[in-house]
Amino acid sequence: MLRPLLKGKITGVKNLKARYRYSVILLRQLVKTDFKLRYQGSVLGYAWSLLRPLLLFAILYVVFVRFLKIGGDIPHFPVYLLLGIVIWNFFAEMTMQSLGSIVGRGDLIRKLNIPRWVIVLSSSISALINLILNLLVVIIFLLINNVDLLKTSLFLPLILAQVYVFALGVSLFLAAAYVKYRDVNYIWEVILQAGFYLTPILYPIAIISNQTLQKIIFLNPVAQSIQDARYAAITHQTVTISQVFGGSVLKFAPYFLSIMVLIAGYAYFKRQSKSFAENI
Amino acid sequence: MNKEQMAESGEVAVRVSNVSKVFNLPTEKNNSIKSAFISFPRKKRRIVKQQALKDISFEVKKGEFFGIVGRNGSGKSTLLKIIASIYQPTSGKLEVSGRLVPFIELGVGFNPELTGRENVYLNGALLGFSPKEIDAMYKDIVEFAELERFMDQKLKNYSSGMQVRLAFSMAIRAKADILLVDEVLAVGDADFQRKCFEYFKTLKKDKKTVVFVSHEMSAIREFCDRAILIEDSKIFAQGSADKVSQLYLRQFMNSTDQESGPTSKRWGDRAVLVESIEAKVEADSIIINEVLRVRANTANPIAGIRIRNSAGQEITGTNTQVEQQDLGDVKQGQRIKLQWRTPNIFSDGKYFVDPAVVYADGVTVCDWWDEAASFVIKKARRLPYNIDPGFQLEISA
Repeated sequence: MLRPLLKGKITGVKNLKARYRYSVILLRQLVKTDFKLRYQGSVLGYAWSLLRPLLLFAILYVVFVRFLKIGGDIPHFPVYLLLGIVIWNFFAEMTMQSLGSIVGRGDLIRKLNIPRWVIVLSSSISALINLILNLLVVIIFLLINNVDLLKTSLFLPLILAQVYVFALGVSLFLAAAYVKYRDVNYIWEVILQAGFYLTPILYPIAIISNQTLQKIIFLNPVAQSIQDARYAAITHQTVTISQVFGGSVLKFAPYFLSIMVLIAGYAYFKRQSKSFAENI
Repeated sequence: MNKEQMAESGEVAVRVSNVSKVFNLPTEKNNSIKSAFISFPRKKRRIVKQQALKDISFEVKKGEFFGIVGRNGSGKSTLLKIIASIYQPTSGKLEVSGRLVPFIELGVGFNPELTGRENVYLNGALLGFSPKEIDAMYKDIVEFAELERFMDQKLKNYSSGMQVRLAFSMAIRAKADILLVDEVLAVGDADFQRKCFEYFKTLKKDKKTVVFVSHEMSAIREFCDRAILIEDSKIFAQGSADKVSQLYLRQFMNSTDQESGPTSKRWGDRAVLVESIEAKVEADSIIINEVLRVRANTANPIAGIRIRNSAGQEITGTNTQVEQQDLGDVKQGQRIKLQWRTPNIFSDGKYFVDPAVVYADGVTVCDWWDEAASFVIKKARRLPYNIDPGFQLEISA
């Protein structure tokens, strides 16, 4: 009776390896396909990936800097604004795209036993590629605006990684929930809209005078990381979470929350994924 | 050692132990927006439990061609999806040893907006091939599909036949220890079916493990070593393919009335209608007795029959005009008896009789009744062709 047991273990490892290889092949191909299809049929094609943030920036600049004259006391406010928008857009785009990804790939899920999480991961990577292209535009403006290169910029990848972790957790949860409850996308749209105004993207956080409200806003990992990113890459004259909470351990809450959301999101996704094929 | 003993001693490729599957089907009772809103806060999602499989256990040995047989809705497709790990069993266990590739549909993941070439790589990835591996076999895939000139065109510009060819050309390259094949694969024109069957033959020759779902008994008997018969979510029988398919034919094909009842299609104005029709199989002929009833005076209607096999292929047919026996002008209330007789040249299987009455113009339908009657042919010998008229063979040195 020992032999079959041992054999089972070996084939188990072999299966795991094969499964991993399959996942990687699939992931690459799905991301490629996504990217190919994104600007399908448009004249400018991939150029839109860079044009979109550029045009967005032009609008922001005219509206907020020229007309509304907000953020005058923050150095390099236009770039400051752009970085916030780029990070928020990444979060919104990634969660929104992932939300529909499982249902959108229902044809595959009903006919093949593909690793489900690969589908969510592939739409998250598509969003990530877009983020990198957008950041290129941000860097161009950093140079144009003669922003002093800060040593803290080195932390930027780490800060963005945190946003990605948080967004991935949310994405996994939403994608799985959407299979069962088709109301999720409407609810999430509203939450994103509310989140956009509750996050210091268009306005400097300093204009909120209520200390408690400021603290609450900072508990949102996206708000915290946008401020962290601005502090790290653009100017130290901005408010970050450690300034608001001072010595309190609460200043670690959003970081902790990001990781917890990923774990919880993955656990929920994993449990639900067993019945995706029959529920889609 | 006979074949069955060999299978007994062989290694197990797929083991299904006590598998049951229950689907929870939500029923939406809120049909109007108003009622949806009113009941929203305490809306109970009514769940109907549907037992799709009950306590299924069997084993598929390595190198075996294994059939799963059953009528529509019996649960065979659910079982296939459980073996493919697409569905999780509600209870019970599934063990698979080796790489398993399911073919529930051809060309899964094909995207109409991508070119043929891009689709090859995408579909290839779904089958588990890396881009490098596809590079190596790309030429063969395209050549087999006979699509050399079209690979850089978008898939949406392909005809459906071209798409199937490309998908099939991909599918046969799948490297798997175990293949799951659904009968829907074998749809398409005769040429494509032939290609499919040829592929099955090479699988069989190469001693691949194949699980094949079908209700086409001729295919089951031709390819499968063993089979199980699923009926009403349970295993009704298992054993050699011949035994199981015979049981299937006997069990389900004789209840012709049942099957021709709700599923058959019928249309026309019924000025002259088919009142009754039945088919009898005698030793060397098929006799079809038909009664027509005239509801309105009609000038020279044409009555005809058509015989189709269980795959829907038209085997033969005739009508009163072809036979040069006109019905003449028929009067209201009149009944006409017809007896059609044809030699029993059919090969094994089930056949449907479609009677029809049309007006003298040969086009306008009085009564057309698809699958009004059926008959089953069981012959001592079996040919994988539509007809078996009997041959005389002489061999001389």
